[in-house]
Amino acid sequence: MLAILITAFFPLLKTFWDSLFSFGLRPGIVKRFVGLDNYARLLNDTRFMTSLINTLIFTAISVSLEFVLGLATALILNADFALRGVVRAAILIPWAIPTSVSSQMWKWMYNDQYGIISQILYNLGWLAPGTPILSNKWSSMFAILAVDVWKTAPFMALLLLAGLQTIPSELYEASRIDGASKWKQFTKITLPILSPTIAVALIFRTLDALRVFDIFYIMNKSVETLAVYNRHILMDRAFTGAWFGYGSAISVVIFLIISIFAIIYIRSLNLRFE
Amino acid sequence: MNYKTKKRIEKIILYTFVIIMLIFYVFPFYYAIISSVTPNSELFSKSIKLFPKSPTFKNYILVFTERPFHQNILNSVIVAGATTILSLIFGAFAGYAVARLRMPGKVAIMSLILAVSMFPQVSILGALFQILRNMKLINTYPGLILPYIALNLPLTTWILHNFFKDIPISIEESAAIDGCSKFMTLWKIIIPLSAPGLVTTGLLTFIAAWNEFMFALTFMQLPEKYTVPVAIAMFSGKTFYELPWGQLMAAAVIVTVPLVALVLIFQNKIVAGLTAGAVKG
Repeated sequence: MLAILITAFFPLLKTFWDSLFSFGLRPGIVKRFVGLDNYARLLNDTRFMTSLINTLIFTAISVSLEFVLGLATALILNADFALRGVVRAAILIPWAIPTSVSSQMWKWMYNDQYGIISQILYNLGWLAPGTPILSNKWSSMFAILAVDVWKTAPFMALLLLAGLQTIPSELYEASRIDGASKWKQFTKITLPILSPTIAVALIFRTLDALRVFDIFYIMNKSVETLAVYNRHILMDRAFTGAWFGYGSAISVVIFLIISIFAIIYIRSLNLRFE
Repeated sequence: MNYKTKKRIEKIILYTFVIIMLIFYVFPFYYAIISSVTPNSELFSKSIKLFPKSPTFKNYILVFTERPFHQNILNSVIVAGATTILSLIFGAFAGYAVARLRMPGKVAIMSLILAVSMFPQVSILGALFQILRNMKLINTYPGLILPYIALNLPLTTWILHNFFKDIPISIEESAAIDGCSKFMTLWKIIIPLSAPGLVTTGLLTFIAAWNEFMFALTFMQLPEKYTVPVAIAMFSGKTFYELPWGQLMAAAVIVTVPLVALVLIFQNKIVAGLTAGAVKG
């Protein structure tokens, strides 16, 4: 228990402490106390603001798409069909593949010369042949969103499926006798009962999406998220100049943003222990 | 329309959806497999390739002969394996303590554990890098295993606590009467009884450590020290412009197949663990 506290909180306190100084990682750069200057600088950093906006756009779109697709998947998996167990295992595949591996797999499908997705889009006439999907800011944002949705919708589906399976089937039978349509059953029975599960799944995915790093780092350097920008400052810039303190300030801001969502999440879980 | 035709149409629609869903989730993996066995002459042609005309395993050989990929796999096995074992040991003690001991502020402690599991990793990246550098642990196995244990322990503690909680306390009381010490009780009774929980937790930890990218990228900076996800992300060709996609896909398939096998074998346990723990992916 103590170990968790030390390993997790000590680096965090150190990050906060470091954010009050101006220094770099290369020896010879003088360490200077600058107070909250680093935080003030953030407000005028357009690259920081852009990465913040990118992260928020990514989070909003990916979480909504994953929810819709995850719910659709969960509803299908909850129906009765042959080989349901095998299908349920199969949809876990994207979740199990390391993000860096799936990023490369999709990068190959997006390849502007030989990738299958590019070929299909060219054949459909939706894209001029040879156009690189991953070099334009908006097309690469959507390309990356597709990878993230593919990877995490199964996880969302499993959470929702667990919720679906707690709904007693008598409820549906009774409403069918009363003449309720499928859509009516869905909006009047399924959604209300499922809503606590939905809330947990949504906030949980939001926390994950806000931290996104791997996919953006690997697939493309023209769209940056907070984590990618933060790592760039901490690990690339800090070796050439006095950027480490500034990078630590960004780390603290990211921590605060995610903490707000985390607090909402823990509240909504309504923890109970006897 | 009579009842029977209506049922039949519903079934057809359902199976159509199942097939569409399967294609969506499985196709990229299938395409990676196909690409990995397609010879370069076919691979780099401007046509849609769904089946290789003359399949070859050359890429699978090249991935091991042209780069230190076996070393990368070994690194990942060591790091993920050690992380899993140590996290299970520490997590079992912590989880047992939380599940059994009556102490004040249990909700606060569990909330704190949950909060730690939601840390944005990048927020402690810089500080951890400095600490590990001062301890001369950059490019060493412990330098990656220690942060991984810290990352995974909250989840391990959380899930194991859920399993331990469900074991009736009367079993332990009778063990105590028979003269079992607290440690012996944990070792001889609780651990065997919660074996399914340990397997589930171990699998989730292993997959998480095997897949982790940001810390591995930062703390392991030599190609022969890379873990598998970093090696694959850093894949390069002889020149900047020719990435050997066939080899890359072969590498992707090699590291994915064991995970897919684990998932298929233990899918019920994994699903139970994910939904019961439901706090971290």
